[in-house]
Amino acid sequence: MQISDKNNIELLRTMKRIRTFDETCQKLFVAGRIPGALHCYTGEEAIATGVCKVLEPSDYILSTHRGHGHLIAKGGEFKYMLAELFGKSTGYCKGMGGSMHLASVKHGILGANGIVGGGICIAAGVGFSIKYQGTDQVVVCFFGDGGISTGFFHEGLNLASIHNAPVVFVCENNLYSISMTSKRATGLDKLSTRAVSYNMPGETVDGNDILAVYESAYNAIERARAGKGPTLLEYITYRWRGHHAGEAGDGLFYREKKELESWKTKDPIRRYQALLLKEGKITEEKIEKMEMDIQQEMDDAIEFANNSPYPKAESIIELSMLKKE
Amino acid sequence: MRTITYSEAIHESIDYNMEKDETVFNLGEDIGVLGGGFRATHDLYEKYGRKRVLDTPLSEIAIVGAAIGAALGGLRPIPEIMYIDFTPGCMDMIVNQMAKIHFMFGGQIKVPMVLRTVCGAAGYNAAQHSQSMYPFFVHTPGLIVVTPSTPYDAKGLLNTSIADDNPVIFMEHKRLYTSKGEVPEEFYTIPFGKADVKREGDDLTIVATHALVHDALALAEEMEKEGTSIEVIDPRTLVPFDKETIFKSVEKTNKLIVADESILSCGMASEISAIVAEEMFDYLDKPIIRVASPNCHCPFSMPLEDAYIPGKEELKEAIAKVL
Repeated sequence: MQISDKNNIELLRTMKRIRTFDETCQKLFVAGRIPGALHCYTGEEAIATGVCKVLEPSDYILSTHRGHGHLIAKGGEFKYMLAELFGKSTGYCKGMGGSMHLASVKHGILGANGIVGGGICIAAGVGFSIKYQGTDQVVVCFFGDGGISTGFFHEGLNLASIHNAPVVFVCENNLYSISMTSKRATGLDKLSTRAVSYNMPGETVDGNDILAVYESAYNAIERARAGKGPTLLEYITYRWRGHHAGEAGDGLFYREKKELESWKTKDPIRRYQALLLKEGKITEEKIEKMEMDIQQEMDDAIEFANNSPYPKAESIIELSMLKKE
Repeated sequence: MRTITYSEAIHESIDYNMEKDETVFNLGEDIGVLGGGFRATHDLYEKYGRKRVLDTPLSEIAIVGAAIGAALGGLRPIPEIMYIDFTPGCMDMIVNQMAKIHFMFGGQIKVPMVLRTVCGAAGYNAAQHSQSMYPFFVHTPGLIVVTPSTPYDAKGLLNTSIADDNPVIFMEHKRLYTSKGEVPEEFYTIPFGKADVKREGDDLTIVATHALVHDALALAEEMEKEGTSIEVIDPRTLVPFDKETIFKSVEKTNKLIVADESILSCGMASEISAIVAEEMFDYLDKPIIRVASPNCHCPFSMPLEDAYIPGKEELKEAIAKVL
């Protein structure tokens, strides 16, 4: 599949932005600067980046508890995201949501979800509303290998299928739902085989290969846009960090160090960067400049979040019930 | 004025709103071809087609979840869950998604939807088709909870519900579907959080919901002849809740009975009693008495169901305690 030089650079930049954001958040969490629960996407960046690159600004996504990467790839800005993680009033959700409920409706990001699989049936409904209104939008629903074992998955994929709704179901299989392996949880070698039950195409793809992600997502999204119905995509990947940022030793008490190390050699960013260098599409100098710019964006976001005020107590009640306009 | 049934009043409101607003649509089990278990959507399928009166698979999670998604996508869905007893299967969608999205996302987006469902014991349907478990929804911030007791209230409150941008739980009651009452043909709304004094009286206040409103009114009629004057108040919406109208009544009568078909323990009668006890203690001459379903499951056997459902007998016993 042909990707323009500009888009090649953009894919690399987005992956690096996600890596920088989440690795910085991991450090901020350990340092006690980010409260609550934080789930890092490190190692999985190619999926959000490749999928969202195909989407138009008017398209929708539904995200997960491990959702920072999805937000960044769909247009979310560091400073409002980080302000939300700090619980500040300038955050995307005015400090009411935090990491697990990040949303930016103006970017078509209809929310992360603290309930595993919780977005799947909602995505089917968003898809139904697109069809109902006759627009050519598409909705992508991200969930993990944990989500595929919920009842939401069954009911949501079935409903989307019988309505031929423009939904692309993206299962990010990072091999573990906390400590349970996807193999033990499902007995399946490929989770995408479940698509057969819902009369839709299913495909399993290397989630650490950005070009393979982009191409498979492109096909599924264009298929949905053309009115041909939903697809189930499974991307195989691995999370480098623990289930959450506070999990001791990156979860190495239920997974092997050599397994983690072997996945680190399949780093989607390094792989893609090496390819672009080899093909002469980018230079070391340009990469250095890109990394400096991203670091600056991160530093600015920290300053913005630090300097932002906490929300006032009254806002809890104000937001509890929608006021008449 | 013409007289129609509670079911017809609901039907009329849905029909009017569908006619007026293209984004209004229904989804649920057997609501289309069959017209709904209680006929509330009958003939709408023929009039508006399957796109707007959508028969769904037996997927309560997907019914509510898809309604939420459709609302986020710009529509005004009216999902129907055939019996409230089936809502525990989709409780995550109601409690963790529908009720919270507006709040969790800092007010970025509205979730305008009206979840219609059916409560109440009737017809010997036993423990899994007889409950009035809406206190679960009162216990969940972010949801409007509506409990109409008459055809007039049903039409007016459903019109208000469909127009509102908050997620609404619209609680219909099985024993009321065939009840009749005067309903204007034209469009009207009834504001949320406005209790209705169904009958004025001086000696005792009964706050009642749904079918118990009618039991209380019938009893008040009988007792009037014996010289006891009973005021009957229907809150009509449990969230938002109009405590002022009740406080005013208690100031006058100094005695209160609260009657609601949900289970006694942590039920609506308990909640209303607590609200009044907390703020109106000085005005009460007697303890507040709760009339509710007992703390047990609804039995099947005919005489047992009859005994289980709180009604006139239980109200009489309560009145005897406070007068």
